[in-house]
Amino acid sequence: MAAIVRLVNRSAFGPAMGQQYLSYSSAAKVRAAGVRAGQALPDKVKIVEVGPRDGLQNEKTIVPTETKINLIDLLSESGLPVIEATSFVSPKWVPQMADQVEVMKGICRKPGVSYPVLTPNLQGFQAAVKAGAAEVAIFGAASELFSKKNINCSVDESLQRFDEVMKAAKEAGVPVRGYVSCVLGCPYEGKVAPEKVAHVAKRLYSMGCYEISLGDTIGVGTPGSMTQMLTAVTREVPVSALAVHCHDTYGQALANILVALQMGISVVDSSVAGLGGCPYAQGASGNVATEDVVYMLHGLGIQTGVDLSKLITAGAFICRSLNRKTNSKVAQATCKL
Amino acid sequence: MGNVPTTVKHCLSYEQLVQDYPWLRRWLQEEKTITGHGYPEFVKIVEVGPRDGLQNEKEIVPTGMKIQLIDMLSRTGLSVIEATSFVSSKWVPQMADHTDVLRGIQRAPRVQYPVLTPNMQGFQDAVAAGATEVAVFGSASESFSKKNINCSIDESMLRFEEVVNAAKERQIPVRGYVSCALGCPHEGHIQPSKVAEVAKRLYEMGCHEISLGDTIGVGTPGSMFKMLQSVMKEVPTNALAVHCHDTYGQALPNILTALQMGVCVVDSAVAGLGGCPYAQGSSGNVSTEDVLYMLSGMGIQTGVNLSKVAEAGDFICSALCRKTNSKVAQARGRNL
Repeated sequence: MAAIVRLVNRSAFGPAMGQQYLSYSSAAKVRAAGVRAGQALPDKVKIVEVGPRDGLQNEKTIVPTETKINLIDLLSESGLPVIEATSFVSPKWVPQMADQVEVMKGICRKPGVSYPVLTPNLQGFQAAVKAGAAEVAIFGAASELFSKKNINCSVDESLQRFDEVMKAAKEAGVPVRGYVSCVLGCPYEGKVAPEKVAHVAKRLYSMGCYEISLGDTIGVGTPGSMTQMLTAVTREVPVSALAVHCHDTYGQALANILVALQMGISVVDSSVAGLGGCPYAQGASGNVATEDVVYMLHGLGIQTGVDLSKLITAGAFICRSLNRKTNSKVAQATCKL
Repeated sequence: MGNVPTTVKHCLSYEQLVQDYPWLRRWLQEEKTITGHGYPEFVKIVEVGPRDGLQNEKEIVPTGMKIQLIDMLSRTGLSVIEATSFVSSKWVPQMADHTDVLRGIQRAPRVQYPVLTPNMQGFQDAVAAGATEVAVFGSASESFSKKNINCSIDESMLRFEEVVNAAKERQIPVRGYVSCALGCPHEGHIQPSKVAEVAKRLYEMGCHEISLGDTIGVGTPGSMFKMLQSVMKEVPTNALAVHCHDTYGQALPNILTALQMGVCVVDSAVAGLGGCPYAQGSSGNVSTEDVLYMLSGMGIQTGVNLSKVAEAGDFICSALCRKTNSKVAQARGRNL
C-alpha cells in the first residue's frame, strides 16, 4: 500500500520536480551530495590501460625498452582494447619515456587495439606520428596553480598550445583524447570547483577531443565529490564521451568508479598492478589497479573483453622487472590462495 | 485496500498513470535500476580491530597494549568497539587475556564493548568479567561451519540459542554474525537465500543486529546487492550491518552498495588490522580510516574523529611492527 501511495504522490509532481520528490519520500533521506544515479549500469566498459605510460612514468626505476615492449605485448594479449604506450615529452623532463620512438616501433600491435601516446605539443605530435602513432592524447588541468606548477602556464594558455596539436591531428586524421587533471582536488589549491572541471572538459571536447578522461590526480575524491563533479560535467559533455581516471591514494578509487558507472560512465582508466605511485605523497599509491577494476566489473556482470588471469600475468611480469610488489589486491590474493 | 473510491483506484492504475504522465515510466524504470539511492544520514561504525583484527595478526600483543588501543579508540567517537573474544585460548591464543582486557579498559560512557561468546562457557566467563554486550558467530556455509567450529549450522544455532536465552535473562544484547555471506573458501559460491535463512534465524532468536560478513573478501557490488536483496526480505534493514573484507580491494564499493540499499551499520578495523587467514599475506578487514574518509566525503555523519582513529592505528602498527593497511593513513603519513 505504501508503494502505491508513493506512486500516487509522484504523479502529483511534474517531471522537473523529480528530485524534489525524493525529499518527500518516506525512504531513507537523500544526501545533498547528489545520490541519484542517472541510468542502469553499462553492459560494457572500455578499460584504458595507462600502466606503460602513466604507471611507469611515476616509477623510480628506469625500465629497459625491451621490458616496456614486453609489457605492452603481454597487455595486448590480455584483451585490453586501449593501451597507452608512451609519451612524446622531452626526455629531459621525463627520462622514463626517453625511448618513446623505440617503444612505438617495437611493440606488436594487435588488430583492434588502440595505442595512444601523450603529445604535449606540436613537436611531440610530429615525432609521435613519425614513429607510427595512430592516436594521441593531450592534458589540461582544472586547477590554475597545478597548471602553472606542472607545465608553467595557465589553463587557458595550455589549451591554446593544444590548438596546434588539434589542428595537426585533424589534418592527419588522428583521434585525440583529452585529459583533465585535478578534477576532485588539487595538491596546491585544495578544492576544485566542479564548474571549472566542466569548463575545461567542455573546451577540450569542443576543440575536437573524442573522449575526455577526468582524473582524480591526487586520489582525494570520494563518491560524494565524484557525483557532484560528474553532475556538472555531464551538463556540458555527453556522458558517452567521458572517462574516469581514479587514483587510489586514499583507497577510494573503486567506490568512485562505481558511482561513475551508476551515472552512465562506461570508460575507465586504470594501470596494471596499480603501477605508478603518487608524486604528491611519497610512497603512497597512485593509479587504481586494472586487475581490481576488472574484478569488480566482472562481478557486476559488466563485460570488458579482458582476460583477468592474463592481465595478472602481465602485472606479475612488470613487478618482477621493477623488483616491487604489486599494488593490486586481486593479484596479491590470487597468488596466495 | 477494500473500500477505495473509483477515482482513487483510477489513479492507482499504473497503466493509467503512465498514459497521463509519459515521463513517469522512464523515471520509475530509472529508479528501479538505481538500487534505491537514499544514503543514510548517519552510519554507525562497529570497530572490530581489537578483536577480529588482532585475532588474525601473527604477533601476540601484550595485554597492556590491547587495553591502550581500546582506550585510544574509546576517545575517537566510536560508539561500538569489539573488545575481545571469550573463546578457548587453545584455539585463539591472541585472545587468551580476554578477562584482563575487559577488566582493564576504561569504558567510555555511551560506548559499547561487545565480546564474542561462542558458547555458554564463554558467555558465563564474559559476564563474570563484566561484559554488557555479546556476539555469536554463525555461518552461511556448512563446510565453513564444520571446519571452523566443528559443527553444522543447525548445531551451531542450537548452541547460540542457549547463549541468546541466557543473555535475554540478563538483558544483555546479542549481535549475530553471518560469515561467508558472499563466498566460502571451501564451498565457493554461497546462495543468497542461505545467507537470508541464517540471518533470519539469528534475528528471530533475539539478536538485535546481524552483521553480514564477506569473510574472504571475494564479494563485489553485484553479489552484495543480490545477497542484501535476499536478506532484506527476512530481516529489517535497520537491523543489518556489513562486515567487508578488502582481500580483493572490493570492500569500499561493497559498503557503498550496502549504503545505497539502506544499510547503516558498517564493521571495520583500525589500520585494516587482521590479514586473511585464507590467503596468506593478503589483507583482511577494511580499514576504519578509509571507511570514515569515504563517508565523510559523502556528507554522512559517523560521530568519529578520523585523525584520532589514525593515531590509534599508528600506535598499534608500531606495537605490531607492521605497516598500516589503511591507504588514508599511508597518504596522510606522507605529508599530503
